[in-house]
Amino acid sequence: MTEAYIYDAVRTPRGKGRKDGSLHEVTAVRLSSTVLNALKERNGMEDSSIEDVIWGNVHQVGEQGANIARTAVLQSNFGDVVPGVSVNRFCASALETVNMAANQVKGGDGDAYIAGGVESMSRVPMGSDGGAIAVDPSVAIAAYMVPQGISSDIIATEYGFTRDQADAMAVESQRRAALAWKEGRFGKSIIPVKDINGATILAHDEYIREGTTVEGLSGLKPSFKDLGETMPGFDQIAIMKYPHLEKINHIHHAGNSSGIVDGAAGILIGNKEFGEKYGLKPRARFKATAKIGSDPTIMLTGPVPVTEKILKRAGMTIGDIDLFEVNEAFASIVMRWEQAFDADHDKVNVNGGAIAMGHPMGATGAIILGTLLDEMERQDKETGLATLCIGAGMGSATIIERV
Amino acid sequence: MTEFTLTKHDDGVAIITWDVPGKSMNVLTEQGIKDLKAAVDAANADDEIKGVVITSGKEGSFAAGADLNMLAGAVETFGDKPDEMFENTMQIHYVLRAIERNNMDPKTNKGGKPYAAALPGTALGGAYEVALATHRIFCAPNPKAKIGLPEIMVGVFPGGGGTTRMVRKFGIMAAAPYLLQGKTVSPDKALKAGLIDEVADDPVAAARAWVLSASDADILKPWDAKGYKMPGGMPYHPQGFQTMAGSIVMANGQSWGAFPAIQAILKAIYEGALVPFDTALKVEARWFQNVLLNPSSEAMIRTLFINKGALEKGANRPDVGDETVKKVGVLGAGMMGAGIAYVSAKAGIEVVLIDQTQEAADKGKSYSEGLLDKAISRKKSTPEKKEALLSKITASTDLELLKDVDLIVEAVFEDPGVKAEMTKKVEAIIPEDAIFASNTSTLPITGLAEASVRPEQFIGIHFFSPVDKMLLVEIIKGEKSGDRAVAKSLDFVRQIKKTPIVVNDARFFYANRCIIPSGNEAFRMIGEGVGLPLIENAGRLLGFPVGSLQLMDETSIDLAGRISRATMAQEGEDAVDPLTFKVIEYLEGKGRLGRKAKAGLYEYDEKGKRQGLWQGIHEEFPLAEDQPDVETVQHRLMLTQVLEAVRALEEGVLEDIREGDVGAVLGWGFAPWSGGPFGWLDITGPARVVEICDALEAAHGERFKAPALLREVAEKGETFYGRFAS
Repeated sequence: MTEAYIYDAVRTPRGKGRKDGSLHEVTAVRLSSTVLNALKERNGMEDSSIEDVIWGNVHQVGEQGANIARTAVLQSNFGDVVPGVSVNRFCASALETVNMAANQVKGGDGDAYIAGGVESMSRVPMGSDGGAIAVDPSVAIAAYMVPQGISSDIIATEYGFTRDQADAMAVESQRRAALAWKEGRFGKSIIPVKDINGATILAHDEYIREGTTVEGLSGLKPSFKDLGETMPGFDQIAIMKYPHLEKINHIHHAGNSSGIVDGAAGILIGNKEFGEKYGLKPRARFKATAKIGSDPTIMLTGPVPVTEKILKRAGMTIGDIDLFEVNEAFASIVMRWEQAFDADHDKVNVNGGAIAMGHPMGATGAIILGTLLDEMERQDKETGLATLCIGAGMGSATIIERV
Repeated sequence: MTEFTLTKHDDGVAIITWDVPGKSMNVLTEQGIKDLKAAVDAANADDEIKGVVITSGKEGSFAAGADLNMLAGAVETFGDKPDEMFENTMQIHYVLRAIERNNMDPKTNKGGKPYAAALPGTALGGAYEVALATHRIFCAPNPKAKIGLPEIMVGVFPGGGGTTRMVRKFGIMAAAPYLLQGKTVSPDKALKAGLIDEVADDPVAAARAWVLSASDADILKPWDAKGYKMPGGMPYHPQGFQTMAGSIVMANGQSWGAFPAIQAILKAIYEGALVPFDTALKVEARWFQNVLLNPSSEAMIRTLFINKGALEKGANRPDVGDETVKKVGVLGAGMMGAGIAYVSAKAGIEVVLIDQTQEAADKGKSYSEGLLDKAISRKKSTPEKKEALLSKITASTDLELLKDVDLIVEAVFEDPGVKAEMTKKVEAIIPEDAIFASNTSTLPITGLAEASVRPEQFIGIHFFSPVDKMLLVEIIKGEKSGDRAVAKSLDFVRQIKKTPIVVNDARFFYANRCIIPSGNEAFRMIGEGVGLPLIENAGRLLGFPVGSLQLMDETSIDLAGRISRATMAQEGEDAVDPLTFKVIEYLEGKGRLGRKAKAGLYEYDEKGKRQGLWQGIHEEFPLAEDQPDVETVQHRLMLTQVLEAVRALEEGVLEDIREGDVGAVLGWGFAPWSGGPFGWLDITGPARVVEICDALEAAHGERFKAPALLREVAEKGETFYGRFAS
């Protein structure tokens, strides 16, 4: 079978996903075209070599609606011949686009793809795309739907993680992210966001809070306690689903959950001939991809079964993998994953994660895969695995190997 | 004679009078819907008629709602013909839409006829839905009147357009208490809430004046006007989204997901809110039909409406003359006696409340005072009513005051010796034809009757605690109890507005016979190391209003201990499961006697408020590594009581399965969605229940052995209601 390779991976810095965030003035389309233009410029391929732009995005309404992939292509330096398709796998959208692109290359459907995604959470806020899942009783009741934050607290309750442990994890994420920036570990991938005249709008991840301490976090109020215990009382739904629990332990707050940010990321994926034609050096090849569906109430445990599935598919064990990226949607997601695989935290999210730098939903999958590859190269390691938990109970994973 | 009659008047107003022959209160029947349609069609076709007033021919009420027998009948007639059933369900919508839109030009919304509802009083369910379709609702200032949509209480939901109209009129949030909780209100409150438009001394006159003056704009419903916006927002409006998502969580969460009608109405609300009004009515009809076809609604209507009503009306009353109680003597002014005195006085019965000391007797009477003060502070009573009620209770130590009572309710200490002594003393004083009833929860009536010189006038009346709140009274016939004793008891229960069941004398009668083994099973599971939340939540998920562990704490652990010891003393050591008894004894030893001790299976704060389950129990009974699945726990809690109900029927303790079901739901909150133990057996399927029993017997012992009667019903492919319903 044809091999699929990563030739390049870039991302914008992540801006705070609020009205006073640096990227709030930048449209989601421009964030996307910034990434597309960077990939075109850095790699010099002809437009006709790109079979498709597969773009992840969760809230596909407003400016992110009506196929933002094609919209971004039209605004970019790529010509009309490059098509675009938008994909929504919630938080793993961009990893899914990468996997789709890789598998389509492997299947012989074209030479090269750009995969990635975007989310401007400040401009198209969470919840703005509606969706039946929480509000149509025919779905919500049968699936015992609760918000993700409640799910993350159910994980903490079920698997016995304390607030202190979660806070310690968050502090470590901040420390690692700050160190990574200080040492310039993201330098290879970061594309500063500039205005139309070339002035820099944002060149670094602005969500990071360097010097965060457990004591500092201890004053933060749990984010999901009221939703769970009072109005409208989601904990009751959780207990109906998991009647062995007496109550839900609400440990998550703004400081140990992923940040709401704006950002975009893209990965150039192609076959061997594509690289040869443009004189590009393949950085890694796709060893395996996988996705799973899981219990929608606890919702965010998907990384565990999808890791099991992808390891089996790749004929590997957890010990065969050198480095991991497990998206820090909430502290308990990573803690649960590490618990399940008895994993060494030194190999997981080595340069910090979404707790420190933020989680621009539709882009994160491509961001963490790029970060993983950069770190594999920095440490000169062979194999890496990236995985994300996903809303409504799914999981997505990718294993890459350096070539 | 038709149920709705149209009368034209010279002023151009037509009055449609709702008057179902032979009923003291109207109900909406299949014939009624046809008659209403005929009247509405005639009025709409008649140009001389300028406006229409719909009122009732019954004094003091409009109507009680849809005839639930009709709903049950629709399932029988159309159950396997979904297309015909849908069309049948739509009939009411066609009629009500003809009232609401009548001759209006659909484009200009002009030229319609004003319709007003004039309610002399109560308008519930289907009756309120008829009023809701008119353009203005007038109601008499009748303090006893109830307005609202209580359908959800019997396992259905408003299916006559009430769901669709309420949501569009008030929005999901404001409509929720009426639709999802069945809230009903007085005319004053209905006016404030907007359920009715005017309170008028003469609602017909007011309605009449209104229809003559109403403009086109007055009779255009908001949802039929251009640019209609749902109050609070549609489900995909940011605010409406929160409301809809929140309503699902609250309604389904509070009912522990155990009530199909609550889930169905949420679906009707959501899907209906997203489409135009007439389409929404179709959506409502489809979900309504779906709920009617759910065996749960059939079971709930049967138990909570049809059979409860039949028992209250004396379905099993012996054919003897009126035995209305005029004066009752209550022996013992403790918690039970005080409660019995209160409900009796409240019903207008003279009460003599006896205890050994005047202080104790007075304390019993002051219980009524406390309840009334509370009611006054909540504006549910008045100082005058309080005085009137208290004046009916004479608290005394003097047995001579009992010389002219016609009923004794003995509620002294639960000890055969004490009770025998009281029986002898009191029978010497009371009139020869008076009935003597013992309020015992555990002592066999036949044995207690041995102390009586008139055992045919001796009977058991088992009240549940707290007496003023609990709806059920269990009447126990001793071997010699005669018909007059039964009739007297039933008439007394009717007077105090409770629901009676009549059972034969056997250990623990009916209710306690079922509750005790289920509680014992919960203790046993604790002993096995099953997690406390799993035991507690398993029961709640079955729809029980309180979990087994909470119930044990409320009724007290030492009571469970006393019952266990008494059982072993009488029936032998094997009569109580050793592990069950070990858990009870352990709790007793730790002084964890339940809520009264502010320590039990739960932990409590200073005020006695539950704080959480007491995990300390696992020091003695460690949490098992392998926990059972919730279904197994549910089956164990459920079968221990259901099998007792079957055995009670098998042994003749229960003479009527209707009493078994009504008694269970009202007496101890048995999974109301199932309609009771026999309803649960039929819904689950007797053959499936036998399978469950066989599996539980193999895993957990003989107590789960399927009784012969259950096995027989299963083998013959019968149902309990099919076989035993009279």
